[in-house]
This record gives sequence, structure tokens and C-alpha cells, in this order.
Amino acid sequence: MTLINSLRTQPDDRGHFGQFGGRYVAETLMPLVLDLETEYRKAKADPAFHAEFDDLLEHYVGRPSPLYFAPRLTEELGGAQIWFKRDELNHTGAHKINNCIGQILLAIRMGKTRIIAETGAGQHGVATATVCARFGLPCIVYMGATDVARQAPNVFRMKLLGAEVVPVTSGAATLKDAMNEALRDWVANVDDTFYIIGTAAGPHPYPELVRDFQSVIGKEARAQMLSRVGRLPDVLVASIGGGSNSIGLFHPFLDDPSVKMLGVEAAGHGLDKEHAASLAGGRPGILHGNKTYLLQDEDGQITEGHSISAGLDYPGIGPEHSWLKEIGRVDYTSVTDTEALEGFQLLCRTEGIIPALEPAHAIAAVRKLAPTMDKDQIILVNLCGRGDKDIFSVAEHLRVSL
Amino acid sequence: MSRFASAFQSGRSALVCFVTGGDPTPDATPAILDALVEGGADVVELGMPFTDPMADGPAIQRANLRSLAAGTKTADIFAIATGFRARHPNVPLVLMGYANPMTIRGADWFAAECTTAGVDGVICVDIPPEEDPELGPALRAEGISLIRLATPTTDAARLPAVLDGSSGFLYYVSVAGITGLQQAAQASIEDAVARLKAATDIPVAVGFGVRTPEQAAEIAKVADGVVVGSAIIDIVAAEGANAPTKVRDFVRSLRTAMDHAREKTA
Repeated sequence: MTLINSLRTQPDDRGHFGQFGGRYVAETLMPLVLDLETEYRKAKADPAFHAEFDDLLEHYVGRPSPLYFAPRLTEELGGAQIWFKRDELNHTGAHKINNCIGQILLAIRMGKTRIIAETGAGQHGVATATVCARFGLPCIVYMGATDVARQAPNVFRMKLLGAEVVPVTSGAATLKDAMNEALRDWVANVDDTFYIIGTAAGPHPYPELVRDFQSVIGKEARAQMLSRVGRLPDVLVASIGGGSNSIGLFHPFLDDPSVKMLGVEAAGHGLDKEHAASLAGGRPGILHGNKTYLLQDEDGQITEGHSISAGLDYPGIGPEHSWLKEIGRVDYTSVTDTEALEGFQLLCRTEGIIPALEPAHAIAAVRKLAPTMDKDQIILVNLCGRGDKDIFSVAEHLRVSL
Repeated sequence: MSRFASAFQSGRSALVCFVTGGDPTPDATPAILDALVEGGADVVELGMPFTDPMADGPAIQRANLRSLAAGTKTADIFAIATGFRARHPNVPLVLMGYANPMTIRGADWFAAECTTAGVDGVICVDIPPEEDPELGPALRAEGISLIRLATPTTDAARLPAVLDGSSGFLYYVSVAGITGLQQAAQASIEDAVARLKAATDIPVAVGFGVRTPEQAAEIAKVADGVVVGSAIIDIVAAEGANAPTKVRDFVRSLRTAMDHAREKTA
């Protein structure tokens, strides 16, 4: 059935989600981006591609991830039932691997022999290094020097997996600068290199293909919900940096009008201070190949994002989220570093799950939302990463010395 | 005759010189631009600083950051352009930069400011033909040339799209890469320029990685223009208050070498 009014048919053939998205890249990269789009169309229509993707997700990543009802958290908050999509149980500990499996299969189809990636907290870098080891391709990960220093365990993981980690010292030496440097590498190595972008952003077709690969989260969750409870959830909640885990959960539900959705941005020290909430505190602009909401000044200079979570401190957001905000299909909110830390501890204490600081933002939003809802209503939260990587920074914020 | 047409007279290769506006400070830029003209630059490219210069190598990245650290605003760039136009009525002036600072107040606003300041052309690194509606129509409506980039990855099938809506000159990026690092082989430049000139009547200028008078002279034998940027930026970075004198001398050495190259082949 073709839904004339479907919200799931974006982007258009020029890669635009309404006024957002597009292909704002240097001329050198434009033919590469067009090649990638052509090859992705072929792969999308090729059952063999899907079969290999599905097989790797099942046997290598460990999918489907469980759908879990959280009884003690539900009881503590005293409102809606809270369910978790357990993507933190994936191989490498986060949702990032779903996308990396898809993109490396594309890279191999295209005959590319060298992989580059950017990373902030290191989760995408680790996932990329993992698939490169699995398929025997050299891997270069660009990572801001600031992040290299504060995410030492992930840097070591990437090196163990055989990746070369290149510290980037320009700008504030964080994720945005790592992405700039990865683009510079790509433009200088156009023949043999595939750029595995980690979030649902960048030039078309990246926002679309990352979303498609991450949509396994929402497709599984939707089927699991129907099978376990016999109905769809009332509200979906997910944290947002670039927005790949949230778009992966949301997208398969966009045409279900009864399902509300809440994206949770990082309010850092507060929206009136340093933060990383592009939708709440930014406005539309052009960066890294797409038009989307950006943190910027009146001249269009990009400002630095801040969050306790290194995975959320990017000054932009995937273009489909900008569009979903503008049409009002998804609600967006934000929570502060302090609230996220409280959410982190709440889940540890009530459910015996140590979440990453990224989904801790979603939990903090649920903590406010659940008590306002009836007990027969259902909230489904994407638990997109586990917190092993964050225990050192959490300890520091809680003033505990390890 | 337009300023571009005067600058790209046949029988002579034009020298196109780039500096980042506001580097090291907005107040220092006018004297550096004057030095480019005194040294013999035929076209001046004024870079608009941006926090995230993704297509630029280390030299121009640092120039962008120095400029922004000095507090350079978009209004300063247009003030520098306005002053340049008053002092140099006949030298074509091109603004070069990234899409976000150019479009953040709307393309119409930007195009109107360009007209007021006497800017002749605009190079926007990250607006390919596919996204032309973002900036191209507004510039063309004001009679400002949109100068597009062609690269080693721009194949014959794609070239017409790049040329459609281009004017002023065509900027051939001679290497797939970022500014200021490696230089392409002369033979590949000659092939590319011949291919481009067969497809368009507008002048073809070659840039990226041109650092010495010798390189400029070689390219001047085949191209309508030679673009030099990072090598000048390096002088600005190293020389401080002496930069205008050193820049003028360097530009003069480029111009002289280019003139001799043409004389030899003529």
C-alpha cells in the first residue's frame, strides 16, 4: 500500500527533507556523493545485500535486541509503564554498530579499500574499527585531541582493533573538528576511500542510509511491542546528538498517529549557558554537507556545543529531525548535565542497568514525563548504549576518586 | 568591459591572489590587499573567515581562526571590500568562503551587500550546482558573478552542470585535496585546461598548491589565470607588521615569472 500522506518517504530525490538536508559539499566530493547514492539505490533493491546485513546483525551484532519492561523504574516514577529497547546489549555496546555494518557492506560493494571515520566519544570509532577488523580493511579514525585525552579507553580499543587514531588539534579539537578533518581526508583520497559517517547527518544520501540502517531498532521494537503487549506504545523517547538512535527508533512509527515521540537534546549547563541543544537553541544553517539546525552566532559562525556526554556535544543535528520538528510530528525537549546524571543513577539503582550518558538524557526526560501519564499507558525508551565508557567521567562529576 | 574581462585579456595569464579577510586583524587587511595590487595581482580574492573551513589545508585554516580570534565579523569583510573598491576602481574583487556565513541572513541580503561593496564575484566552496538555488539566483539577479570550481573529479558528463550559471572565470582546482599542500603534475593541468577550454568561453584559472614563481610560470603558459593563496597566507602569518612589503615582493616575483614564461612561448 502506498501512503499518499506518509511521513516515511523522505527525503525527496535531491536529498531534501523539506528545506533541510541536501548536498552542500565541495565540487571534488560531489561526484563521490552521487556515486554513493547510485550504489545505495542498487543495494537497497538487492535482496542479497539485505540478507548479508540481516545475517551480520543477527550473528555478529546479536540482534534482535530485547524489549524489556522496567518494573522498578515504573513503580518508582508512579505513572506510565516504561519499556526499554536494549540496544546497549549489542556487540560494542551501542547502536552505532548497526550503521557501521551497513556502510562497510556498501564500501565493499563499491570496491573501496580504505575506511575513514570521525568520532566524538569514541563509540562510532570503535564500531567502525570493529567492522574494519571483521572485513580486513584499513581504518583511520579522526578524533578531536580533547576527546582523545578524555576517552582514553576507547582510543585503546580502537588501536587494539587495528585502527589508526589521528588526533585533530584544530578548533576546539572535538567532534566537529574531527568531522572537518575526515572530510579533508576524503577529498584528498577520492579513489579508494569510503567515509563511514556515524550519525544521520552529512550530505545526502548519508542521512537517509544511516536512518535506514538504524531503523532496525524501530522495526524490531514495533513488532516486539505488538507481540508482547498487543498494541503500540503511547510515547517513544530517545536522546539526540546527531540523532541516529532516535531516528532509528522513530522512523518505523512515523505513520502511526497514536504514537507520540519525544527527542531529548543535551541542555548541558542550561539552555541559557553552554549546551548542545541545536533545535532548542540554534537555527537553520549549512554545515558538514547539510542544511539543518545549528548552534551559531549572528554571522553564521558555528559555536561549540557542550554536554557531559561527549556523544551529544555536536553543534548540529540530522536534517530529518529538523524537518520533523518543523512539521510538528516529533516533540523535542532537553535535559541538563545534572538531570542526566540523576537519570543515570536512577536506572543503575532501580533496574541494575548502567546506561551510557546519552540515554541517561532520555531517562531524565522520562522521569519528568512518566508521572504525568496513566498507568495503562506505555513509554518506550531507546537504551542506545551502555555506560562502561562513562564511569570515569561520572565518578569525576560525583566527586568520587577511583 | 567588465573588470573580469579586463583582467583576463588574451595573450596574458592573470594572477589571482587570495588572502583571508581579517587575518591577522581587520585593520591589517587593507594594506595587504594594496600590496597584492602593487605586486601585480590582476584579481583579488578576499576570504570570508569561517569556523569550519573544511576544504582548506592547515595554512588557511589557521588564517581563518586568527581572523575570527581577532573579532572579524561579516560587516568587517564588507567594510574591507568597500574600501578596496574605493582605492582600486578597476581591480576585480572576489569574495571566497563557505555557504553558512554567506546565506545566514538570506542570499538576497548577501548579494545586495556584495553590490553595495563593489564585489564582482563570489566563490562558495560548499554550494555545488545541485544546491544552486541557495545562492546562485540572488547573485545573478544582482549581476554578481558566481565563480564555480571544477576539479579532477568533475567528468565530462558533469561539466555542463558546473558551467551552467557560472561566470567571471572558472576556477580549476588542480588536485583532489585541500588548499596549499601538493601540486598537480603539469601534464595533467595542461590536459584539464584544454578539456575545460573546449567546453567554455569563460577564462580558466588554475589553483591549489601553487606556491612558487616557477610553478606559476609553468601554469601561466597554458591557463588564463593562476591562483595563489596559501603561500601568501604563510607570509602574512610569518611577517606580522612587515607583511605588506613581503607580500608585495612575493606577488611581484610571481607576476614577473608569469610574464617571462609567456614571452618565451610567444
